[in-house]
Amino acid sequence: MGEVTLTIDNKEVKAEEGMTVLEAARSAGIKIPTLCHHEKLEPYTACRICMVEVESRGRSELDTSCSRPVKDNMVVRTQSEELTEIRRTLLELMLSHAPDARELQELVEEYGANRNRFAKEPSFCIHCGLCVRYCAEVKKKNAVVFVKSGVRREISFNKEIASRECWKCRECFELCPTEALQTAYLLTEALTSDSSSFELEPDA
Amino acid sequence: MPLIKSPEELEKVREEILSRRDPHKLCISVCAGASCLASGAGEVIAAFKAELEKQNINADVDTKGSGCPGFCEQGPVVVIHPEEICYLQVTPDDAGEIISQTIVGKKPVERLLYTDPDTGNKVVKMNDIPFYKNQVRHLIGNNIKIDPKSIDDYLAQGGYAALAKAMHEMSPEQVIEEVKESGLRGRSGSGFPAGRKWEFCRNSEDEHKYVICNCHEGDPGSYADRRLTEGNPHNVLEGIIIGAYAIGAQDAFVFVGDEFPQTVENMRLAIKQAEEYGFLGKDILGSGFDLTVRISIDGGGYVLGESTALMASMEGRIGEPKTKYDHATDRGLWAKPTVLNNLQTWANVPLIINNGAAWFRQTGTDGSTGTRVFSITGKIKNSGMIEVPMGMSLKEVIYDIGGGTVTDKKFKAIQVGGPLGGFVPESQLDVQVDYDQMTDAGLAMGPGLIVADESTCIVDMVKYFLTFLAHESCGKCTPCRDGIRQMLHILNNITAGRGNKGDLELLELISTVQKKAALCALGQGASDPLLSTLKHFREEYEAHIEEKRCPAGVCKALGAVSSGANV
Ligand SMILES: Cc1cc2nc3c(=O)[nH]c(=O)nc-3n(C[C@H](O)[C@H](O)[C@H](O)COP(=O)(O)O)c2cc1C
Ligand code: SF4
Repeated sequence: MGEVTLTIDNKEVKAEEGMTVLEAARSAGIKIPTLCHHEKLEPYTACRICMVEVESRGRSELDTSCSRPVKDNMVVRTQSEELTEIRRTLLELMLSHAPDARELQELVEEYGANRNRFAKEPSFCIHCGLCVRYCAEVKKKNAVVFVKSGVRREISFNKEIASRECWKCRECFELCPTEALQTAYLLTEALTSDSSSFELEPDA
Repeated sequence: MPLIKSPEELEKVREEILSRRDPHKLCISVCAGASCLASGAGEVIAAFKAELEKQNINADVDTKGSGCPGFCEQGPVVVIHPEEICYLQVTPDDAGEIISQTIVGKKPVERLLYTDPDTGNKVVKMNDIPFYKNQVRHLIGNNIKIDPKSIDDYLAQGGYAALAKAMHEMSPEQVIEEVKESGLRGRSGSGFPAGRKWEFCRNSEDEHKYVICNCHEGDPGSYADRRLTEGNPHNVLEGIIIGAYAIGAQDAFVFVGDEFPQTVENMRLAIKQAEEYGFLGKDILGSGFDLTVRISIDGGGYVLGESTALMASMEGRIGEPKTKYDHATDRGLWAKPTVLNNLQTWANVPLIINNGAAWFRQTGTDGSTGTRVFSITGKIKNSGMIEVPMGMSLKEVIYDIGGGTVTDKKFKAIQVGGPLGGFVPESQLDVQVDYDQMTDAGLAMGPGLIVADESTCIVDMVKYFLTFLAHESCGKCTPCRDGIRQMLHILNNITAGRGNKGDLELLELISTVQKKAALCALGQGASDPLLSTLKHFREEYEAHIEEKRCPAGVCKALGAVSSGANV
């Protein structure tokens, strides 16, 4: 693999071909916020908070740094007014679900996000998919999955798999940026010991 | 049927089919498109057959369930060949009268003819009806002569001649050159030059290549794509085979939803017939080229029409869009070079090969060549499937073809491109059916046109599209999923009389961020109906918010008495 040189925030950065912009930035000590990123998992590009401005081959665009492969001579800017507006608004949208999520707090300060910009719909989940993907990609169990589409998307434990696998694992708990996961699991656990056909289906 | 192994054999088969057919023989065509079938076309065909038998003239007159000719509003549509006398809204009870009067007596049945709303005059022939006269029907003009279930009907109209020509008179590169030269652009609305896409894929190193025909059409209210495929499946199929030959693909797929059973059934049959005749399979027409075409049934859901979601779903993975840096023409389906085109894009290919790129370019504008098939619905007099030359203004589409609004109510706007498209007010109807003009006007050239009159509340209609997307977005990324949720929340407040100062600015903020930050084109375009109406109908939003008044009288909470459903 060859080495490439790119510029991130006016700083010359050397990186290996095949690395992402996020990896290159972090290796050079440049901070880019992430929420759905995890080193052991495939880039997911869902939270969009890691977006940066990329200039490559004469084209400038916004892209998620967690997925964007580095290229020689690429110019990256990780901070700008536009990016701040995007990150702030994304945070505000997430705060409507999980106002107290611990991982959001520091970013809320940094980007001056308004906790009350949007109507609250407490689901406690910001849909980062860390639990779902960790269980699928690392543990290969698919005990927790996303169900439903669009605004009704939510995580759900498969009762059968969860009752078999989760008790001894629970590795996803600490990945969760909010409190939602543990709650969902505990609910599922409670339900698996119950033979009723009651479904885990909070209102959308 | 023995396999056809050369262009000469194809022409022999065609001659043989034509020799069995008397061009002067009377034929009663009844539209067997899904819309006419739903309004009783099946019973009408049966009634004609029974009546012909009763009068003992069934040997002299053919009957045919044909492809959709488009005038869905007035269905079931019946056309009597060869004169092309056109009867509208025909019921089984009319069969007897049509046969005695027109077939036997050679006189039209006045009451079933089209009446010109301006002059009150009756119009006898199909192509004299303004709805038809003002269209340019290169793709759907033959539908009324073709039983979509009969490959012989397609052959009788010159079908598969383009395939023979491409395979025996042209190299794959020449086919690509001709398509490039024609200026054909992606009919999904993408506008991407088809020939260039094909060339990228052909030049890609991997030997194994795929071709996909996108028949998904998830836009609410739109039906042009499925009706076109259902009405003349061999036309689409011939385009796919020619394309696969040019690209060097060995496998092709038609991606279509099982919520369109008629489309699936007709395409499935067309593939089987094409295999039997030797237009598919090994050594097609003796050219040495092999191709298999299969139907891939999609699981429904608007977002599956998006290319990365579509391919994920075909591979058996969850149908969600994905950030990709490889072009599908390098790494597409199963990581093989793939060309994905809309069915209308494919359907134009035989026309281009038969008539040449120069002929094709004669229709349309410099940047947008050929015709475009739309469905036009909503508060329009002549709703249905229409084919218009590129470069026609929306005004001509609405008034010359569509006949204007359905009642005396004033025209308000036309929505172009569905949930990811925009609205055009009366003052801007000079915008032409042209990729670049439409993009400049904030529109997407999707297959559906929806007309709104003054009884339509714009805020309510925008809410309808966003509600649709709220369910149809995959829900993966934050700006789309939660952006739509919050936009709907605000709009619901506005229509319920709880709108606040600052709501419109907040809507604009969400739209801006969503457009820049959403993962796929669904999220990026989700605010387009909203943004175009904030531009052209802002005062209507303001009336809801500041005066708590719905100018169209639709929003119940603001004192409307009529029901709120718009679309
Ligand atoms: C949300 C979404 C839905 C789409 N739905 C369709 C569809 O139903 N049919 C279609 O042909 N293209 C659809 N597209 C566009 C396809 O991704 C792709 O660009 C197209 O099939 C390419 O064909 P063309 O180049 O012939 O236009 C959709 C795109 C998006 C973002
Ligand atoms: S923009 Fe919408 S449809 Fe596209 S990936 Fe994001 S959530 Fe899914």
